[in-house]
Amino acid sequence: MSKTTVVLALMLTAAIVLAASPAEVLQTYTAQARKDNPSFKEFSAASGDKFYHAAVKHSSGKQVSCAACHTDNPRNAGKHDRTSKEILPLAPAANKDRFTDAAKVEKWFKRNCQDVLERECNAQEKGDFMTYMLSIK
Amino acid sequence: MPRRTLVTALCACTLAFALPAAAQTAKQSPAADPGAKWKAECSSCHIAYPPGYLPERSWRKLMTGLDKHFGENASLDDITARQITDYLVGNSAEKSGDRRASRFLGSLPAGATPLRITETPYFRRKHDAREISPEVWKRPKVGSPANCIACHVGAEKGDFSERNVKIPQ
Repeated sequence: MSKTTVVLALMLTAAIVLAASPAEVLQTYTAQARKDNPSFKEFSAASGDKFYHAAVKHSSGKQVSCAACHTDNPRNAGKHDRTSKEILPLAPAANKDRFTDAAKVEKWFKRNCQDVLERECNAQEKGDFMTYMLSIK
Repeated sequence: MPRRTLVTALCACTLAFALPAAAQTAKQSPAADPGAKWKAECSSCHIAYPPGYLPERSWRKLMTGLDKHFGENASLDDITARQITDYLVGNSAEKSGDRRASRFLGSLPAGATPLRITETPYFRRKHDAREISPEVWKRPKVGSPANCIACHVGAEKGDFSERNVKIPQ
């Protein structure tokens, strides 16, 4: 039976490597949030909503926020501030490819947290943000 | 041996899944298509600008400052950054063989290391005020000289020929 188990495990691994679901990506942030904060309970869509819309004063003097480029409603396509290139919707309800590639999610959190907050985001913030995006119907 | 049959069936099933997937990965891997990573990463926020329009020294400088990329954080993991640098350098103005690439290169003063294609003398000459009125750059559909595709409709395919220019009103 062990052979079968190995084969099944291999198939499962292959499936995960090829395409993760947003829930799987979110799980890695849950694990990190627990590690960062032993009293962590769960992510909050409401906190993610607030985080997404919060206007921050950047050291350049500009008012910045996630929503400034991704629009107030994450179901909508946004526009790049400098290049005018279209940004596809963030909400998986409008763009099913979002949050299905853990490395890509991390890459953009790393960049955009620096762009807006001028620091890295923690797992709680990333998880709240994703939970908000996933709550949008 | 039903158990063996089951294992064989599962193996066959795994292969059926894995082989097309492996073929697909191979098609997208940098070895098979050296430009795939460049295209995917460099076209997220703007069109993937042609490697042949800047010299090697410009690409090397640009790729070491991705954390401050024209005021934005565009950092990449080290492996991806190295692969893209290799692609840019391998197809830079010195190596591209493209007619227009040699004009970009020829227009540069020795030692100049522009980080923007729009800073090169060749670009400036082709887009000077007699060719393009300063008002055109301010039109909402244009916005900036960096937005090649606003007028060069084939820009994403590397087509910058004059007959394929359509300036939006």
